[in-house]
Amino acid sequence: VENVRLLDRLSSRRAVVGTLYLTATHVIFVENGSETRKETWVLHSQISSIEKQATTATGCPLLIRCKNFQVIQLVIPQERDCHDVYISLIRLTRPVKYEELYCFSFNPKLDKEEREQGWKLVDLNEEYNRMGVPNNYWQISDVNRDYGVCDSYPTEVYVPKSATAHIIVGSSKFRSRRRFPALSYYCKGNNASICRSSQPLSGFSARCLEDEQMLQAIRKANPGSDFIYVVDTRPKLNAMANRAAGKGYENEDNYSNIKFQFIGIENIHVMRNSLQKMLEVCELKSPSMSDFLWGLENSGWLKHIKAIMDAGIFIAKAVAEEGVSVLVHCSDGWDRTAQVCSVASLLLDPYYRTMKGFMVLIEKDWVSFGHKFNHRYGNLDGDPKEISPVIDQFIECVWQLMEQFPCAFEFNERFLIHIQHHIYSCQFGNFLCNSQKERRELKIKERTYSLWAHLWKNRADYLNPLYRSDHSQSQGTLHPQIAPCNFLYKFWSGLYNRFEKGLHPRQSVTDYLMAVKEETQQLEEELEVLQERLANLQKSQSGNNKVKSKQQDQSKQFGLYTSNNSLANTPQEYSNDLKSFPSRSPSQGDEDSALILTQDNLKSSDPDLSANSDQESGVEDLSCRSPSGGGCLPSEDSGKDSDEAVFLAG
Amino acid sequence: MEFAELIKTPRADNVVLHRPFHLAVEGTLCLTGHHLIFSSRRQDNAEELWLLHSNIDSIDKRFVGSLGTIVIKCKDLRIIQLDIPGMEECLNIASSIEALSTLDSVTLMYPFFYRPMFEVLEDGWSSFLLEQEFELLSSVTNEWRLSCVNKEFSVCPSYPPVVIVPKSVDDEALRKVALFRHGGRFPVLSYYHKKNGMAMMRSSQPLTGTNGRRCKEDEKLVNATLRSGRRGFVIDTRPLTVAQQARAKGGGFEQEVHYPQWRRIHKYIERFNILQESFIKLVEACNDQSHNMDRWLSKLEASNWLTHIKELLTAACLAAQCIDREGASVLVHGSEGTDSTLQVTSLAQIILDPRCRTIRGFEALIVREWLQAGHPFQQRCAQSAYSNSKQKWEAPVFLLFLECVWQIHRQFPCSFEFNEQFLIMLFEHAYASQFGTFLGNNENERAKLKLPQKTMSLWSWVNRPEELSRFQNPIYEANSLVIWPSVAPQSLQLWEGVFLRWNRPSRFLEEAEEERINIIKYNKELQARVNTLRRRLAELEARGEEAPEE
Repeated sequence: VENVRLLDRLSSRRAVVGTLYLTATHVIFVENGSETRKETWVLHSQISSIEKQATTATGCPLLIRCKNFQVIQLVIPQERDCHDVYISLIRLTRPVKYEELYCFSFNPKLDKEEREQGWKLVDLNEEYNRMGVPNNYWQISDVNRDYGVCDSYPTEVYVPKSATAHIIVGSSKFRSRRRFPALSYYCKGNNASICRSSQPLSGFSARCLEDEQMLQAIRKANPGSDFIYVVDTRPKLNAMANRAAGKGYENEDNYSNIKFQFIGIENIHVMRNSLQKMLEVCELKSPSMSDFLWGLENSGWLKHIKAIMDAGIFIAKAVAEEGVSVLVHCSDGWDRTAQVCSVASLLLDPYYRTMKGFMVLIEKDWVSFGHKFNHRYGNLDGDPKEISPVIDQFIECVWQLMEQFPCAFEFNERFLIHIQHHIYSCQFGNFLCNSQKERRELKIKERTYSLWAHLWKNRADYLNPLYRSDHSQSQGTLHPQIAPCNFLYKFWSGLYNRFEKGLHPRQSVTDYLMAVKEETQQLEEELEVLQERLANLQKSQSGNNKVKSKQQDQSKQFGLYTSNNSLANTPQEYSNDLKSFPSRSPSQGDEDSALILTQDNLKSSDPDLSANSDQESGVEDLSCRSPSGGGCLPSEDSGKDSDEAVFLAG
Repeated sequence: MEFAELIKTPRADNVVLHRPFHLAVEGTLCLTGHHLIFSSRRQDNAEELWLLHSNIDSIDKRFVGSLGTIVIKCKDLRIIQLDIPGMEECLNIASSIEALSTLDSVTLMYPFFYRPMFEVLEDGWSSFLLEQEFELLSSVTNEWRLSCVNKEFSVCPSYPPVVIVPKSVDDEALRKVALFRHGGRFPVLSYYHKKNGMAMMRSSQPLTGTNGRRCKEDEKLVNATLRSGRRGFVIDTRPLTVAQQARAKGGGFEQEVHYPQWRRIHKYIERFNILQESFIKLVEACNDQSHNMDRWLSKLEASNWLTHIKELLTAACLAAQCIDREGASVLVHGSEGTDSTLQVTSLAQIILDPRCRTIRGFEALIVREWLQAGHPFQQRCAQSAYSNSKQKWEAPVFLLFLECVWQIHRQFPCSFEFNEQFLIMLFEHAYASQFGTFLGNNENERAKLKLPQKTMSLWSWVNRPEELSRFQNPIYEANSLVIWPSVAPQSLQLWEGVFLRWNRPSRFLEEAEEERINIIKYNKELQARVNTLRRRLAELEARGEEAPEE
């Protein structure tokens, strides 16, 4: 479709005209005119909703909202075209079969071996060994070998040594969806552990001997402590309501030596609505500060983030400080339980705060334990009530921690944002389906590529320059504050307003420091070379090495980052009054000057359109690599550089 | 008056000091004329706390048996608690602190007694003279002149003795204009935009009154800043209704009929008393130790503090936009021209002028646009957010300005030569200081108090290389461009460094800053070493070439 206008949400004055293409996998918008012909690529799987709005004089507006929080406003001249696009997109963005997803057609030009290597990057067996199991207390159980006991669990599960197959199976029958207590994290230092399960089917009075024995076994696996915590991450009211349905929570009287604790995290429906409300606030056109803060409060989003964090902090404290093992569950034990276990692990173990460790953590607590990626993130057309930003919340918790502990994480914000992006993109196979079982049946590892390998390949882009493995923050347990006035929970504009670069800091300290560190490395290398040559030269004064040209080359490189200041950004609309000031000088006619104003505007916004928008352009010079290339998508051809490219148009 | 009269108990032992995120420490408390000194006697880790009495905003005492507890709330927002054994001692100490922290005579303040322990390399009192500023201006334009019409502070008591005005307007006219402007604050040059020759002026409101008085000289003065055929903008920091109401009290605004080449824009910035209320509410929210997120957010919202930040930044951006983008001259004023006016003109300069983003330039900006321009520091900073007494003239006008600078700094972290600590330091010294810089309400009062002769300037201390190094931004790269900050709510954040400063464990953030400094330092060291080696290598090679080949 030609002559489509792409609107800038922040400023109505900036709109670009171009051509819209629909392919089997992407929506593509190519700008007309300008030499650069900027392109905006959006994967169908990223699209969360399409809204056709009332036709106006200029055309038919189409609003596309994406799961990575991009909002695209198009105006299509012909109503009929718009309708066609709308209908096609509706169909294209609601695949019914896994095979329709992009990861099955996506080909980063790697050979079979490289693909297999990629999938081997994260190895959970290795991870459990790193934790220190199997050992005297914990062993691997093959009871779920053929997914016979629990089809949403992995085949290999760690359980206490004293828990026999009989106990496990018995316990599994007493738990929702047969998700029996299994090891999530083991603390080598003091034998305390974090286990996870679903709710017990206790109803008002039911008991299960094997389940009681199972919890007993978990306690015995930690000889240093005479009780375990059972943490129910639901609000008490919800848990009690479940009893009426024959589910519920553990009765302290029936289990010996447990301390039961509710930590109220709301369910997926509340979270979905909360996000929806917060995104509405993000989408407001020039909101006042009160509108924004009130909306943020009203959405409850940060409250929910805090609840998850608080639960994680509680568990980490129990394990690290009290040396007490914890069993965590919610209802089914695949949403809140995953969030809480992974936050606690992250606080406890510095390994999970490294890049590789973080991948392992997601693989362990989310992917292997059957977090329902397909349902939660709507990869296939399904029940909209199943959709909920569960892992987004976990990722945000990590970001909030990064803000409080700037030196504690090996990776940077971009790493988190790109992971969030790919959870929805369906470009890699990692997050397909709802369980390990389904993924095996689909032969994901043979047919798709692993995101982790892709991120690992580009790891230089994701490094936190402030991280040092010998730094105090990268050792031991993190102890975050709890009260909001001690631990400032912030709105994460980097994610939720990710594509509105105008709202973000125009210079990135991270990118700057990364460039400096890169340069430092080059300097170190050169220093070595120079020292060597100097030594040689001194040895044989007569040696006439002519390597000057090389030197000059390098010195040019070093000059690079001084030029990072080419950030010519443009003012926002600070006042409506200004626009209405009709003429700049009495001698000019109104139209004339209006024209000048727009030209002015075009001129000024040009530089910021040409690179990854103004604020990034400086950074790009400096780091010699484009932030989007940091990226996302391994370019099959350079132009098709991802959905990231969208903000070019911003 | 002898301070000794006020100090009934100069010393108390076995006092326990409590601070958030620190273990309680036992030690000795001493009171002197200007300081509260606490020193712990522990051998291994002797610790001393020196607190200026003038930094104390309020003090509460309570008793449990004979153990007294004093809670001291400081103007820099810190709260400390002292447990003092003995009821009498405690009462004495509390009443002494109360008396010493509320001395009403300026000349009893610490700056008049302070003897610096450092060598003065450069007298800060004469570091930033308007004459130097004018010299710089003269090198690019000859449309302006220095006027000494206010030499005796007789034309405008809150203006400095010299001001910069359009060349075409003589002193006689200035005197007439002064009579037409509130408090005599006639329009003067605030900033000259070299890039396009546009000027930013500031003044107070014109005294048009209800019958629309006009003043030909004022119109001439204002128009003198316009290029022929061009228009200018008057940015009035009051809403239209307030400006209209002001006419009843003799004030008013520039009416189109009399200023046809000017267009008025009203950008509302709250009056100082509203800002003070907002400040108090915000600080209260920040000290609420409740774990409830809703409560925190609603208190933050209800304080309106960030709204004020947003409004102020927007007005400043607008002024900068008029000058840089529209190529128009600008006149900024509110009512008195001593608060919101200065906030707008100084922030606009931060946006427009790269010089103001250097340490030296920022200091000059504060001297020019705040101290010399007659912002009543002594009135505004007499009390901070914990004050119990009924407020009179107190308001965090300067703090708001500093916070806006911080907001811009956060968005352009590489474009400022100074760091966040520099801004926090200025906030502290505006409220309580050993230096005389922020005493008095204007140059007139400072001259009468003989501050330059009797006290030390803050700049004499700050600009010493040892001190300066603490305030430098490690990742500064001079940026010659205009920097346009985002004023969207998503882009603005609470200034943790001031408001949560005493309520958060600061270690992790400090370590991050240290890490940043180290990364840059190591890089520079390497660069220097590589350069030395290169030079030596080149020398050796040259020598080798000279030497005849064997």
